[in-house]
Amino acid sequence: MATDFYDINDLLTDDERLVRDNVRSLVSSKILPSIGKHFEEGTFPTELIAEFGRAGVLGANLPEEYECAGMSDIAYGLAMQELERGDSGIRSFCSVQGALCMYPIYAYGTEAQRRKYLPGMAKGEIIGCFGLTEPDFGSNPGGMLTRAERTNTGFKLNGTKRWITNGNLAHIAIIWAKLDGRIRGFIVPTNAPGFTAQKIERKFSLRASVTSELILEDVYVGEDALLPNVEGLKGPLGCLTQARYGIAWGVIGAAEACFECAVDYAKDRVQFSRPIAGYQLVQAKFAHILTEITKAQLVTYRLGQLKQAKKMTPQQVSLAKRNNVAMALETARTCRDVLGGNGITYEYPIGRHMLNLETVFTYEGTHDIHSLVLGQAITGIPAYDAPMPDPR
Amino acid sequence: MKILVPLKRTADPDNANKIKIAPGGAKVVTDGLEPKPNPFDEYAVESALRLTENGTNPKARLAGDSVVVATFGAKEASQTLRQALAMGADSGLLFEASDENLDGDLVARALAKVVEREKPDLVVMGKQAVDGDSNQVGQILAERLGWPSATFAMSIELSQDKKSVIVGREVDGGVIKLKLALPAVITVDLRIVAPKSITNHVTPQTHNYQEGARYAPLPMIMAAKKKPLAEAPFASLGVEGVKTSYVKFEAPPARKAGIKVKDVPELVQRLRAEAKAL
Repeated sequence: MATDFYDINDLLTDDERLVRDNVRSLVSSKILPSIGKHFEEGTFPTELIAEFGRAGVLGANLPEEYECAGMSDIAYGLAMQELERGDSGIRSFCSVQGALCMYPIYAYGTEAQRRKYLPGMAKGEIIGCFGLTEPDFGSNPGGMLTRAERTNTGFKLNGTKRWITNGNLAHIAIIWAKLDGRIRGFIVPTNAPGFTAQKIERKFSLRASVTSELILEDVYVGEDALLPNVEGLKGPLGCLTQARYGIAWGVIGAAEACFECAVDYAKDRVQFSRPIAGYQLVQAKFAHILTEITKAQLVTYRLGQLKQAKKMTPQQVSLAKRNNVAMALETARTCRDVLGGNGITYEYPIGRHMLNLETVFTYEGTHDIHSLVLGQAITGIPAYDAPMPDPR
Repeated sequence: MKILVPLKRTADPDNANKIKIAPGGAKVVTDGLEPKPNPFDEYAVESALRLTENGTNPKARLAGDSVVVATFGAKEASQTLRQALAMGADSGLLFEASDENLDGDLVARALAKVVEREKPDLVVMGKQAVDGDSNQVGQILAERLGWPSATFAMSIELSQDKKSVIVGREVDGGVIKLKLALPAVITVDLRIVAPKSITNHVTPQTHNYQEGARYAPLPMIMAAKKKPLAEAPFASLGVEGVKTSYVKFEAPPARKAGIKVKDVPELVQRLRAEAKAL
């Protein structure tokens, strides 16, 4: 049984329970048997992409008229939770496809763009990646250097994007670039001349996920590549709000997987006179973890209600992302500790979750940046930047 | 061909070790355990779906084929039916009843009434529910209907004319194959969900199913909301009267700790003298 100390199951609708249980079943039967090997070898399970399409987990909360599943936001969140119970890299693949690529086409695109891309993306036949971050502009995306210029037939793009999930798998990239000084979104085919993707190797985190650098050198696209209905930083930030919502749910799955594994282990592992689960220090760790998981579950459930009522603010999403990822990372580290030496092996999933969560802690708004979002929400004073003091 | 699959909800069988016995042994307490479909019934749904589809396109039943799922239980048992509908079944029937007021005989009599109304060609059901482990409803139902039955099925082959089935039953030392003229009752065992356990002469011989009961894709969960699910009181079936009652429940005795032996000779000596195994 999954960790559910406050009987949140009781708050769910039949559909939501069915979504959770069926995605859990998908993860158990299709992902868990091979994910450890993919992580160890640093490969993405491309054989699963079609399965994700069949399962309907890609863009699951977008409408059925674009051949998406049309799930409620809470059901979508539960699907992300179950995927990340498997692996953060797998959940990341689905988040990027759904929240960062399908969502902007749906929210900012033309009807023609929606019809052209969304059904194929829901099936996993067209893979997307999201090009916002640059080598020198991570937390400060507004400073991006990537430029778009108008041409007679459309646009010419130049720039470099880095830390791009799915970059080498993608058929299309949502590229954010400055056009006449304003940030705009473009749907760029990755086989366009001048577009190159380079896989970032030698990662110790999200190893079952592809991370890339994208280089655009005089990439020409047509008028129909532009996402016409948004301008400025709120375009990419709107996508990130969707993805962070999914992350806030997802990491609970990773935390539960670590916690359940550690409890089982502690009940079996005998040291001195009894199983280590019978010692106060271990019980105190478990009491803390259960409390933190339960709080995170309640935060996300309420966040889901707000999202469904169309009342959710980006600041509320920041609180949930910041809290839940930190919770999951701390949980994974503590559970690793409970497993002792076994915790560092591939025999157990905890080490993999722990390493993955280091990335999740940083991406989609670092922990510290979300602190600043909340700081501004509390005080009304933005603390992101200020003129550097004169060193003299 | 129309297949009826009766379903039962049971307290989460993955956590069966968490059940408790009420003081005095009056009943089994399953508080805090989420109700889940009886696993053998899930295998029955999977079997019925495999019999009525082309495995390469599992979204649709074959022309003229349908799968009806039915349950007797609390209103919340509709979720169990929805799961079966999301897997691919066509319609559901919920007869509201309380588990305490049912026994195997009454369930079989009530199912016979459902069969009279629905007129299926085949009833496929789990060999038993994992809570009571009674293993009798399929047998009593077949007897009441006067239909042939095969229990503990590990394979089903539907004839091309859809007038009979050949059912494989795993027994000690081999497999018994029975040919049944339809209509018939089949109760299924664990191995019925092996990759090639069901043959319907439509799904290609080369097709391998995923072992186990299928998960429901999210769009199918949404589509299942629009499938017919009729609810009626159990009394509307016109059968009543429980003939068995539970006298007492007892938890299994706690296992005694084992002993450690110092060497092989001592092990052999104890196996001979105490365990009488040699």
